[in-house]
Amino acid sequence: MSKKTDANEVPTTGHSWDGIEEYDNPMPRWWLIVFYLCIIWGLGYTVFYPAWPMVNSATSGILGWSTRGQVADEIDAQLTANAAVTEKLATVELASIAENPELNQFAVNSGAAVFRTWCSQCHGSGAAGAVGFPNLLDDSWLWGGSLEEIHYTITNGIRNEVSEDAHYSEMPAFGDILEESEIVQVVNYVMSLSGDPQDAEAAAAGATIFEEQCTACHAEDGTGDKYQGAPNLTDAIWLYGGDYDTLLETVTYSRFGVMPPWKDEVGGRLSEAQVRAVAVYVHQLGGGQ
Amino acid sequence: MAILDKHKILETNATLLLICSFLVVTIGGLVQITPLFYLENTIEEVEGMRPYTPLELEGRQIYIREGCYVCHSQMIRPMRDEVERYGHYSLAAESMYDHPFQWGSKRTGPDLARVGGRYSDDWHVAHLIHPQSVVPESIMPRYEFLMHNMIDGLHLKDRMATHAMVGVPYTEEMLTNAAADFSAQADPDSDYDGLLERYGDKVNVSNFDGEPGISEMDALVAYLQMLGTLVDFSTFTPDASR
Repeated sequence: MSKKTDANEVPTTGHSWDGIEEYDNPMPRWWLIVFYLCIIWGLGYTVFYPAWPMVNSATSGILGWSTRGQVADEIDAQLTANAAVTEKLATVELASIAENPELNQFAVNSGAAVFRTWCSQCHGSGAAGAVGFPNLLDDSWLWGGSLEEIHYTITNGIRNEVSEDAHYSEMPAFGDILEESEIVQVVNYVMSLSGDPQDAEAAAAGATIFEEQCTACHAEDGTGDKYQGAPNLTDAIWLYGGDYDTLLETVTYSRFGVMPPWKDEVGGRLSEAQVRAVAVYVHQLGGGQ
Repeated sequence: MAILDKHKILETNATLLLICSFLVVTIGGLVQITPLFYLENTIEEVEGMRPYTPLELEGRQIYIREGCYVCHSQMIRPMRDEVERYGHYSLAAESMYDHPFQWGSKRTGPDLARVGGRYSDDWHVAHLIHPQSVVPESIMPRYEFLMHNMIDGLHLKDRMATHAMVGVPYTEEMLTNAAADFSAQADPDSDYDGLLERYGDKVNVSNFDGEPGISEMDALVAYLQMLGTLVDFSTFTPDASR
């Protein structure tokens, strides 16, 4: 600590406010040393790191450091550290992943991270979905629930204009095809497949219309067709809702749910290893077939 | 050191201190800002940047009006966590037609610089109407009224002309066809060849909100769906010394 200075030895600044004077103490020596060291350090910094603007570009510093280089290095380091296992994940037979516990565990854990980053906004943090965005925990799959089918769907997506191999099907808007009364009948029939219709008489009349208009995709018994993404109408699982009003809207205006493609090669944002990881993750959530 | 002893002159003369402080700050500012206007590596050349289509520009205006930038940034910083979550870090060139830019400085919600194409139009509409219906954890307010505010785009030509005045390369043809391009983009049944010819094949033509007519929802979703999708990263090699 600094020594106590005798007040009488220190000169004053010469200011005097109502008889109160101000000492003119010198800056503490340690403070001055730190101050000059900072200036020297600052000059040294401009030599080692990008700093001075010149005629065409700024000096890049003798260390060659850049924020972009740092990001690239960090990502490379992570990719290199996992290179062996991601390479294996991206190339082995899909079905054989489950047979290798170590690889399977890597796929499930990294797939969970991919899911939370890229999939949870539509399908929910717990994969339970939302109205219009399928629940991935149940046994009902629009486009198939095997590991291969899930992998294909994630790779190419559904009804998007980015991937040429995206799943595609389009339900017609029956408001342009059927009379309003006929739509009411077929809606009642569809309700009768899984529960009680609003109007039993209309439901009976709707059977014929269903057979003529709907069976090509939803099958004669209403169990749907995964090759056309046509949902099973006989279970209690509904993507948009199974009540009378929602079904009336669905049949009248149709639905056109879109999922983007995720594989980088077809315009998505994930590598093959990431697509496989998230496919394995979704498959093991409970509904995988 | 004699010059160091002279600081007393500065410290005891308020006006002189103010003038000299101003000089120091001016020099510091000039050294930092001026090089940005002439250094060749400030804005790098990228392929794919185009001006906003009329509908997107209108959507951008709604984005600004509703203060989306208060909670959402549009600037992916060059850090591993951001690049892995949002995609390639943002480039200066990607904001070259933004007046004003929407980089933002606060992320209550996620960054939106590359939100384009990440979700379906339906998701954006459902999410803007009632965010918690698709993301229960969200604290974002509802924007259902955007569905009911219909817009005609009649004033768009003037807005585009204003943007052209500050350097956005809108051609005379683009200005003349502003109203037509505006309605063509929101209607997949329309004749939108001219729109694609003027703004490129990658323009999204869709009935974004799924309802007849052009609502503010159409415009905002059109804007969101193109964010960060313009630059062709397959032909882009980052200049490491930046």
